[in-house]
Amino acid sequence: MPAFLLAWKQLTFEKMRFFTAIFGVAFACILIFMQLGFKDALFDSATLLQRTMKGDIYILHKQSEALWRMRPFSEQRLYQALSFPEVADVTPMYSAQIPWKNPQTGQNRTALVLGIDPAKVDVYAIKGLKELEKELQKTDTVIFDQYSRPEFGDVKSLLEKGPFPVEIGGIKLDVAGMFQFGITFSADGNLVVNDTTFLRMFPNRAREGIDLGIIMVKPGTDIIALKNKIEAALPTDVSVMTQAEYVTYEKAYWQNITPIGYIFNLGVILGFVVGLVIVYQILFTDITNHLTEYATLKAIGYPPSYFFYVVFWSSLFLATLGFLPALMVCLGLYQVVESAIFIAMNLNAGKIIMVSSLTLTMCFVSGLIATRKLRQADPVELFV
Amino acid sequence: MTGTPTISVKNLFHAYGTGEGRRDVLKDVHLNVAGGEMVILSGPSGSGKTTLLTLLGALRTPQRGQIRVLGEDLMTTPQEKSMILRRRIGFIFQQHNLLKFLSSQENILMAMGHDRPDVTKQEALTLLDQVGLSDKANNNVSELSVGQKQRVSIARALVHNPDLILADEPTASLDWQSAQDMMALFREKIKTEGKSALIVSHDNRLFNYADRTVRILDGGIAE
Repeated sequence: MPAFLLAWKQLTFEKMRFFTAIFGVAFACILIFMQLGFKDALFDSATLLQRTMKGDIYILHKQSEALWRMRPFSEQRLYQALSFPEVADVTPMYSAQIPWKNPQTGQNRTALVLGIDPAKVDVYAIKGLKELEKELQKTDTVIFDQYSRPEFGDVKSLLEKGPFPVEIGGIKLDVAGMFQFGITFSADGNLVVNDTTFLRMFPNRAREGIDLGIIMVKPGTDIIALKNKIEAALPTDVSVMTQAEYVTYEKAYWQNITPIGYIFNLGVILGFVVGLVIVYQILFTDITNHLTEYATLKAIGYPPSYFFYVVFWSSLFLATLGFLPALMVCLGLYQVVESAIFIAMNLNAGKIIMVSSLTLTMCFVSGLIATRKLRQADPVELFV
Repeated sequence: MTGTPTISVKNLFHAYGTGEGRRDVLKDVHLNVAGGEMVILSGPSGSGKTTLLTLLGALRTPQRGQIRVLGEDLMTTPQEKSMILRRRIGFIFQQHNLLKFLSSQENILMAMGHDRPDVTKQEALTLLDQVGLSDKANNNVSELSVGQKQRVSIARALVHNPDLILADEPTASLDWQSAQDMMALFREKIKTEGKSALIVSHDNRLFNYADRTVRILDGGIAE
């Protein structure tokens, strides 16, 4: 009998035990899927703006850590960059956090506010913002992120009657429309205002102290070479980055500086260990329960490798049968979580390959450890 | 009986432990079993029967003396060759040791898995018929009585047409009628096909089925 068939019959003989084992592996897979999902959602949401902006090169203060912890630097640096002939255009951006008073409940909630040049709204590629370009040009007007958490109030319904006032950072501003962006782990809601309004909202900020400098280059420009030239020309109080570097920089903050990346990685490891222990227990028990029979088969000429293959196939069956239902469950669970936390959870091919590889590794490692028990299957012990 | 002995043992010694804890189990054992011969080995507990069986079955490395089984010198045979040699031996143990998650027929076919994929289910069925269990072929062994399980294990030992049968109390869990049937089956296989058998048994009612009875006492043969 081929080893895979023996493994299958052995695994499935006790139905309750078999389904418990499958459930255990599936549980571990779900745990890993969810941790990876949360981690990717964190990174994806945190870098959404950086990934969708149309700039080619970015300037930010050397001590800026992330979009929600920017340090202003002199706008002069941006205009120094503009002096390079390869640069087509530049635009400054301001960003800061500010309390938003829910117009219905009066509760305060912190929002991330971006102050931009309304004439250059195309640079941000934020869905729905272009249509509100005229509104954005008005002073004391705010555009609200439709995907902000519900705790900000039912802005959509309020807007049906036209622009309405909201107290933001202690001053009254008019909400004139909504764009669609999405929240992050650092901001439960987003606002976009023009640069003049931004400076009114933050009276301590100076116009020349910008948070991000966005550079658009002329077609055909070697972006990396230009970035190096700008970096060499500017003082060392700023960092100059390509778009990819800026995305990596933002991601690195969440991954390395905050404990969040570590926590999710730990969750993945825990899921792996839980699965490892469950599969090991199942395989170890199977081997222990059949030691005498294995010894008999050894006595009649089966090589030790045969039993190794039986364990290998058992591991493969458990991995596959645990992974597939976990994938199905997670397809639904991601939707449920997404609607609860308002952050996109993507179950993409990369994640599926990652979790399936981890599941296979988990099961094979368990199998490998369990095979140590096989050495105790000694045919000599059969004669009593 | 053919001229070349299936089992040839001369001056065989075997001991467990070392120093003061050393216990000599086999002391200068001489034993020949010819082709076509069925020998019953009897003796009290602790007399060395089990050690002798494990040595003859190439399951244990011999220490001193001469021991040849099916033409192989077990003093010098490497482990890989011992494994191949064991495929020519039909082992029957006191316990049935069947895989409880397989049917009777599948358990019998397991004996063929390593080197005789040509053996068909029909041959397994024939053996099951010979041990009186043709109607239990597809039954899971967990559904069988202890006696029935033992008969399946006997069929498993015989299905690959072994040149030598080594059995340890094969009829201990059978009723008297079944025990007689099994001994008759062994005898028929041995006599018609020129095989050999060494069967450990305490039941002197079965001695008549053997060509010879050998008694082992305190590690030595006392025929």
